[in-house]
Amino acid sequence: MDILTNLVNWELYLEYGPLLLSGLATTAYICALATVIGIGVGLAVALLSASPVPPVRWLCRGYIEIMRGTPILILLFILYYGGPEIGLRLPAETVGVLGLGIYVGGYFAEIFRSGFQSIPVGQIEAARIMGLSSGQIITRIKIPQMLVLIVPPSINQVIILIKESALLSIITVAELTKNTTQMVNETYAVVEPYIAVALLYWILIEGVAHIGRKIEQRIKV
Amino acid sequence: MTDSTAESRPDSAQPVVSIRGLHKRFGPVEVLRDIDLDVKPEEVVCVIGASGSGKSTLLRCVSFLEIYDEGRVYIDGELLGYRETEKGLVRAGDKEIDRVRGAVGMVFQHFNLWPNKTALGNTTLALRLVRGLSREEADKRGQRALEKVGLGDKLHSYPAYLSGGQQQRVAIARALAMEPEIMLFDEPTSALDPELVGEVLDAMKELASEGMTMMVVTHEMGFAAEMADRVIFMDQGEIVEQGPPRSIFVESNNSRLQGFLETWKQRNALFSDH
Repeated sequence: MDILTNLVNWELYLEYGPLLLSGLATTAYICALATVIGIGVGLAVALLSASPVPPVRWLCRGYIEIMRGTPILILLFILYYGGPEIGLRLPAETVGVLGLGIYVGGYFAEIFRSGFQSIPVGQIEAARIMGLSSGQIITRIKIPQMLVLIVPPSINQVIILIKESALLSIITVAELTKNTTQMVNETYAVVEPYIAVALLYWILIEGVAHIGRKIEQRIKV
Repeated sequence: MTDSTAESRPDSAQPVVSIRGLHKRFGPVEVLRDIDLDVKPEEVVCVIGASGSGKSTLLRCVSFLEIYDEGRVYIDGELLGYRETEKGLVRAGDKEIDRVRGAVGMVFQHFNLWPNKTALGNTTLALRLVRGLSREEADKRGQRALEKVGLGDKLHSYPAYLSGGQQQRVAIARALAMEPEIMLFDEPTSALDPELVGEVLDAMKELASEGMTMMVVTHEMGFAAEMADRVIFMDQGEIVEQGPPRSIFVESNNSRLQGFLETWKQRNALFSDH
């Protein structure tokens, strides 16, 4: 116990606990919103990349390649520092949500696209000849079958997103990493803040993984 | 209404399917060359021929799963897939296409059931979404269709838990539940283990004997000989010979047809020896 009391100053947690927890909450809700945007954008792009109009397909392909081929930090810098030059002055948190959302959308698009492609074309023909509309074919036949395939990689993607969200500290969003850095700067303590932040990220990610496992169990026929 | 359908009306009933001057190309390959064909109500037409002869493509043009390049396909006297205009044919809208081919039911070689739906779910999905039936009505009609193909005890089974023969019978029930005027069968038994072929053919025979109009692309010469009103032999995208089974299987001395039948007999002799 002596070693622990000497090594770790527990009183620091009393003082900075609320700051770290509010950072955790910010990280959680920014990632949640970014995931919603990413799924929406990803689904749209996945559907449009099968469009009969070539330019639409090229645009989708270009979007996916750019998002996957550039660091998220660059996208955040462009939005945050470049935005004002074209009159787009957004709060840091909004930039964070949009940036992460647009970024992860590229990955979701690839996950969904491979899901759609896994449905045999014969099933679609059977549906078409019976008069089902494209929308009905997507919601009643494609997506229900895709879910089993796309849930595990999607959960994976969300976990990666949570870890990458630490980069938002660079554009001054008061999320978990930023608040931890603040604690380090104000207390000159290093061990306590970083043990805490590791633990908090781990709890958040375990939570997401747990939800993922629950969903997987439910959708298995 | 167009001239060609009006002409065929006076003496006999209007054909369910009427094909005029049909051409289909895949790139440089001409898969269908100038096909003319009428299928009358209650007629059972079997299409035979080697793989690549164009017989499946013909069926897929009749369901507009394949977009034809030239000619006309009429279902119940209505042009399928196009609108007739002064400048020629213009592609019809999806709604219009769906309306015209609502009279067509199709059964595929690989069943193409939806694995996320039960047998009943497969059979009732389009009844509810397309025909607008309530769940109760749809279930009643779906159940009747499944009972008809002998699957009254498998209503709630998913395709993965059914044998190939049972899956194909669900596919037949699914098409049947829509009450089509014509059923198209695209090699319905080719993907089945030999011992499962019989149950599917029996279901088809029952349909035929009840007066369902049918176009069947098949390698089952026995079925064609027994059930067909007319057998059509296709080779290299053309209808080479057609007539009642006897004229095709016994009387014809067309060399291409005889070559095809000879190959088929040899292969079968090989199997029946064991």
